[in-house]
Amino acid sequence: MGLLDKHKAYSQAYQTIRDAGADPFNVRFESVLSPTVGIVNGRQTILLGTNNYLGLTFDESCIAASSTALHAHGTGTTGSRIANGSFGEHLDLEEAIARFYGRKHAMTFTTGYQANLGLLSTLVGRGDHLLLDADSHASLYDGARLGHAEVIRFRHNDPDDLRKRLQRLKGSPGKQLIVAEGIYSMLGDVAPLKEFAEVKREMGAYLLVDEAHSLGVLGDKGRGLAEAQGVEADVDVIVGTFSKSLGAIGGFCVSDMADFDVMRVICRPYMFTASLPPSVVASTLQALRVIEDRPELRQQLAANAQRYYDGLKTLGFEVGPQCSPIVAVTIPDQPRAIAVWKALLEKGVYLNLALPPATPDARPLLRSSISAAHTDDQLDKILAAFAEVGQTYGLLDAPRQRASG
Amino acid sequence: MESVTDLTVRQIGRTAGQVMQKSVEVTAETDIGRDLGVDSLTLMNIVMELEDVFELSIPLDRLADVETVGDLAALINELRVRA
Repeated sequence: MGLLDKHKAYSQAYQTIRDAGADPFNVRFESVLSPTVGIVNGRQTILLGTNNYLGLTFDESCIAASSTALHAHGTGTTGSRIANGSFGEHLDLEEAIARFYGRKHAMTFTTGYQANLGLLSTLVGRGDHLLLDADSHASLYDGARLGHAEVIRFRHNDPDDLRKRLQRLKGSPGKQLIVAEGIYSMLGDVAPLKEFAEVKREMGAYLLVDEAHSLGVLGDKGRGLAEAQGVEADVDVIVGTFSKSLGAIGGFCVSDMADFDVMRVICRPYMFTASLPPSVVASTLQALRVIEDRPELRQQLAANAQRYYDGLKTLGFEVGPQCSPIVAVTIPDQPRAIAVWKALLEKGVYLNLALPPATPDARPLLRSSISAAHTDDQLDKILAAFAEVGQTYGLLDAPRQRASG
Repeated sequence: MESVTDLTVRQIGRTAGQVMQKSVEVTAETDIGRDLGVDSLTLMNIVMELEDVFELSIPLDRLADVETVGDLAALINELRVRA
């Protein structure tokens, strides 16, 4: 008997996928040449599963800032901010994020995952309730488990269901924190934040929004869904990540809550981990400036997403309920999902294969994330590859005419 | 006459069947993971439905101790008394 025997069911499931001749969870990029092109198995491959929404990983100004910080301050901080102290850049970045969101306080974390662990485990505690959207990201579920609040799920994007579940908690003494996401990472749908904000006000609850996939993507200034829906004043805490539109790694939160600085001495996922290296902080700071200075990147991203979403729909694929830079194609069964994923990779298109239970409705998804850096030519090549595999694997009822001819 | 627990067990069976879109036979001894093949997400979906059936809140952290249908029925009955 080995320690890992209890995971046999997972191990067998993983083996079944590998037996199909592919390992979607262990793709090796021999080289990454640009935000949208890499080399896989010696083949030039269009990257369509990277969350690199604005294509900033290769932005020259970000690389220059990062390189300068690297040479000036070294490769790492080798410890946490409470033990080793903060570098000037950490404070500059927090100030810049707070200013970007127009909030009093900002706090950075080493990853977005840790930001959610940190917030959900400290904002609410024993006797309080967390109300999680059923489709919440794993980091939110894990954060809920790390803390001591009681956790109630509400039906995905359903304000009436949320209200009903909050009403059941009437009379319980603690606080209630509602948790929603800007753009959901699997289907690319957005939360009805306006309605959630109404419920929050009506029931006297608090609201936290995870803008991981919507920062730099939605809103006139790129602040995310709360900005786009005009409800920023109702959102008590915004959490987000540097690892998507900002092209690096790290997490953050912003808030106007009084005494927010107490978080720095109670929030364990902030306290007991090494802080972000100066080079990462510097590129993130510069990427934030790019988001502010170049709104045209957001417009290009929206146009690319629309072109791709409409293209897949016209071909006859089943896509998510609304267009966003995350476009998911639902595949009826796992064997075909794996085969199609593999066939696309062999045609030079890399995207994400998501299998249940990581998908919302127990069906496999082929998940794309569009970038402002994708060219029309790349998008057309991807659509052509989809059309071919869709025919081969019987995913299209009947070939439809492309609207654009 | 059926006891409250028997009725709750029957309801859990019905709800699990609805969520999993197949008919399931359950007794208090049925192991939710091993016998019904319910993964963590499906269990949370079943619990969300049961909250509506019984008009109560079932905090997810309370599921840590739930292995069998009988455990879940006992938890629901305890929460009903409290509510």
